[in-house]
Amino acid sequence: MKAATKSLFIACMLFLIEECWAHAFVDHAEPAVGSQIQAAPTQVKIWFTEKLEPALSKIQVFDSSGLEVDKRDVKIDQSNAALLTVSLPKLKPGKYKVVWPAVSVDTHVTTGNFTFELV
Amino acid sequence: MSFHSCSLLKSAELWSACAAAWIAACVPAFAHGFAGDRFFPATITTDDPFAASEMSLPTFSEIRQPGPPPVKVFDISTDLSVLVLPRTALTIGDGYSIQKVANQNARTGFDNATLSGLYEFFENDKHETITSIGLIWDIGGSGRKSLGNPSFSTWTPTFYFGKGFGDLPDSLPFLRPFAITGTLGLGIPSSSGTQSSPNPDTLQWGFALEYSLIYLQQHIKDIGLKAPFGGLIPLVEFSMSTPLNRGVDELTTGTINPGVIWSGQYYQVGVEAIIPVNAHTGHNVGVIAQVHFYLDDLLPKIFGKPLFGR
Repeated sequence: MKAATKSLFIACMLFLIEECWAHAFVDHAEPAVGSQIQAAPTQVKIWFTEKLEPALSKIQVFDSSGLEVDKRDVKIDQSNAALLTVSLPKLKPGKYKVVWPAVSVDTHVTTGNFTFELV
Repeated sequence: MSFHSCSLLKSAELWSACAAAWIAACVPAFAHGFAGDRFFPATITTDDPFAASEMSLPTFSEIRQPGPPPVKVFDISTDLSVLVLPRTALTIGDGYSIQKVANQNARTGFDNATLSGLYEFFENDKHETITSIGLIWDIGGSGRKSLGNPSFSTWTPTFYFGKGFGDLPDSLPFLRPFAITGTLGLGIPSSSGTQSSPNPDTLQWGFALEYSLIYLQQHIKDIGLKAPFGGLIPLVEFSMSTPLNRGVDELTTGTINPGVIWSGQYYQVGVEAIIPVNAHTGHNVGVIAQVHFYLDDLLPKIFGKPLFGR
């Protein structure tokens, strides 16, 4: 009876904790957050700490006048569901702002932004 | 509209609208500790303004209290918060205390239990600001009286606030990871005490000044911190009590608690020094440490949404 109770308890706990949720934080980005770079990047890549929901996660890149300059082709990397990318045209020197909402596959939402400067 | 019915839609716009509706239906709108881009940790010696399902297990503290005779106090405590309604949480907490006096046997027993409720009434994501109100009930007589636990209850209506400084100008980048949370409460004892031992109303106030390396790395500048250092939030907490009436002519007492919190995806760990703010509070430095679990992430089937309502 004790063994059955113990098994039931363990089964209940496994059922309860089988699926944890978590917020997607930025692990790192390319160009790096707050960086100064010499060569114009062709993409902005953000590696998150969680796998992302593709329909609702995106990256937008704005120039210093607030104009969106990315190619609006945000996609999740096929081999890494935590990597989000967007393509860029040939950028002119200046400061750019990257804005991202990220929705992890468990539907938690995080938002954020950072800048990089092309010199 | 269900998620599966969305798959029948062909256009990208309709798909996005459907997915957004699905997310809106599924997302716990009041996830712990976020106001806009800002993640606030659960602070240790002052309360934070967030209504969330979370649990501190354990919180351990050790400090020598002034005599005569001086007493070395170890305390291990826990508290459990549950989101019962949207933006509304109930918390219950208690602790077990071990008090040692030189050349005497240790005295042990439970502290007075506390029960509190908190309601978030304002949040501004753009300015990383949140405010809440709550009521704390220190349940008189629920702990062991010989350990100094009062036999009377104290009711403390409290105002809570949190503010991140991510909205500072771009010209002040390294100030933007700062944030502050704080509380202001009026402690009202259920007994006014006696002439020789009055129980004054007290102003319970405190705040925590935090510098989030998480925010720094994600929003300001990647300075190359790797785990676990990228999850650190150095902070200093101020926890104070000021008597207000009943002829109690005493100074404010309290502690200043510098320390650090490490936050992961499902839990956080924090440790702080306990430094008496003046001689009336004490002379010795203590320590407090806490493991704190984000139950809404860890056990989403139970705590992922409010118990009642959406």
